[in-house]
Amino acid sequence: MSDISVKAQTVVPDAKKVTAGEKKVKHGRKQSIRATISNIIMCGPMTIWSVLFILIPVVMLVFMSFMTKGLLGKIVYKFTLVNYTDIFKPVYFNVVKESLIIALWTTLLTVLLGYPLGMVMSKLKKKTTGVITILMMLPLWVSGLVILYSFVIMLNNSGTINSFLMNIGLIKKPLQLLYNNFSVTIGMVYMFLPFAVLPMYSSIEKLDPSLIEASKDLGANPVTTFFKVTLPLTSPGIFAGVILTFIPCIGYYMVTDMLGGGTSMLVGNLIYRQFTISRNWPFGAALSVVLSLIILLMVVIYTKLGGDLDDLAS
Amino acid sequence: MAQPIVSMTNVEKWYGSNHVVKNCNLNIEEGEFLTLLGPSGCGKTTTLRMISGFELPSEGMVKVEGENVEKKEPYDRSVNTVFQNYALFPNMNVYDNIAYGLKVKKVPKAEIKERVTQMLKLVQLEGFGKRRITQMSGGQKQRVAIARALINRPKVLLLDEPLGALDMKLRKQMQIELKRLQRKLEITFVYVTHDQEEALTMSDRIAVMSAGVIEQIGTPKEIYLKPRTRFVANFIGESDLFDGIITAESDGVLSIGTEVGTVKGLKENTTIGSVKVNDPVSVCVRPEHVKISTEKPEGFSVQAVVKDKIFVGNLIKEIAVINNGNEIKINSINAADLPEPGSHVYLSWDLKDAVVIPERSEITLDTADKLKEVG
Repeated sequence: MSDISVKAQTVVPDAKKVTAGEKKVKHGRKQSIRATISNIIMCGPMTIWSVLFILIPVVMLVFMSFMTKGLLGKIVYKFTLVNYTDIFKPVYFNVVKESLIIALWTTLLTVLLGYPLGMVMSKLKKKTTGVITILMMLPLWVSGLVILYSFVIMLNNSGTINSFLMNIGLIKKPLQLLYNNFSVTIGMVYMFLPFAVLPMYSSIEKLDPSLIEASKDLGANPVTTFFKVTLPLTSPGIFAGVILTFIPCIGYYMVTDMLGGGTSMLVGNLIYRQFTISRNWPFGAALSVVLSLIILLMVVIYTKLGGDLDDLAS
Repeated sequence: MAQPIVSMTNVEKWYGSNHVVKNCNLNIEEGEFLTLLGPSGCGKTTTLRMISGFELPSEGMVKVEGENVEKKEPYDRSVNTVFQNYALFPNMNVYDNIAYGLKVKKVPKAEIKERVTQMLKLVQLEGFGKRRITQMSGGQKQRVAIARALINRPKVLLLDEPLGALDMKLRKQMQIELKRLQRKLEITFVYVTHDQEEALTMSDRIAVMSAGVIEQIGTPKEIYLKPRTRFVANFIGESDLFDGIITAESDGVLSIGTEVGTVKGLKENTTIGSVKVNDPVSVCVRPEHVKISTEKPEGFSVQAVVKDKIFVGNLIKEIAVINNGNEIKINSINAADLPEPGSHVYLSWDLKDAVVIPERSEITLDTADKLKEVG
């Protein structure tokens, strides 16, 4: 707005027109005030929403994490750092460590499976790619519980895989596929693969094919071309995929509950328990804050490496 | 003559039912600057890509250094390409881009350094090695792309409209630089462009292509002065065409009956094959060879009325309308006694300045003009 009014002033040289220009300036100011008001009105609901459901809960969470636990789940409003030092107790620290390890494995497997899929998708016709995308998103519209139960059916001792392997005589005794880190990781990979594929696919698809040709033209074979050109240039997509898998993976407790069978516990489960069974809200809050900080750190690294936050949102 | 460095024999290229290159026969001599010239979509880039190996011919054979390269991948061929949009690696700096070809061939580091430095000097980018590609201007990127291709010491350098993205002034400057570079290095250049002026400026030989067919191969002078087909006549420079039928022949002079009277041309200036009486032909004269006078000259002449007189600096362009309504262009250097618009004039030319092009149905004047606009 102010840009236009400044132009109006500089363009007109003689007195009469200058007043006209001033009028325009006034008019412009009025308009800009009006614009501001309308901007506020338009952003208002969003702002209120963000304050109510994001800002206030986060402040409460941080506040809670410094409070003392009372008897029978009561909260004593007295400042303490005990909740944070407790995290470093071996019993809890192991949970954090195990969570990170499972999250790393899940992320690694997801990227190793998702990247080639993204490459294949980028080579196919747009229409086929659309169909694949929909097929991939389809499980996300089904309740996670249903999906995870079907994994239980597949993986348990008398499940699909074990009975198949025993029937063809490959194994005598059923393999322990369920209720360990293996089943948890498989479940996690299944849940997060679609989120990881899409950003990787989009960065592969955006890659200028003439760069690949240039590399080959200069004497690089397909393998060298992949490692020197394709991979570095699609790394933002890979990192976006990593973040979109790793972050939810640390906090996701449903998979561990269903496929871990209580043998493995992740940070997500621990937090869940603090708020429900153990009724230790301050400690749960402290764990949540630490988890959030780890995630925030990862996003910061991502943007520092040249990643685009919009890619994550998509 | 030594064997050609690149030879294409009976090459055909189909994309589905689309016939993009038709019976291409092309021999490129070592050390020459050959330009594939034609409007967009004429198959020139496809032809280039069959030499670089990114496309395989549907039929026919491509040889580089006398060896059939059908089974050779682009990375095994002794040719390098300068791409249309440069295709520089954005994740590497200038130095690493230029060094890429040597690095993947595992050349020792010290040698790479020496050769990259040499290349930077050659393309006048000394001290730019550490720069990021995004910090370079269009002209500089162009130089990096050329250096990156040349460092591999290719037998043939393929250039796909390399100057297309540059502004006019820079383009002209780069044209001269490229030509100098080519002479200095004595490397064969195969250059693709739709810009006829660029082709005439730089090339040793030009292959003019249209709709997948090579219409004519020759030196810029041959192409300009002796266009073989109407397409070439129209695409390269300006030309005035008179269509008619040969009515008589005596002592090697053809009389051609046209709508606007009889014009003449030499039989030896026929561009394809030989012609005889009753053959339909076009007589092509360049605007600077058309003589304009208010008095009827000896021999033959065509009557016309001057429509426009345009001063364009180095010459005067006149447009005269002949009886059938066609406009004839005349370029003159001498401004003193040119007739004013509205005057009745006679147009003629020296017989040696006109070429006789036998009629061919595939390419009409209209399509050539359209293609020229598109190009």
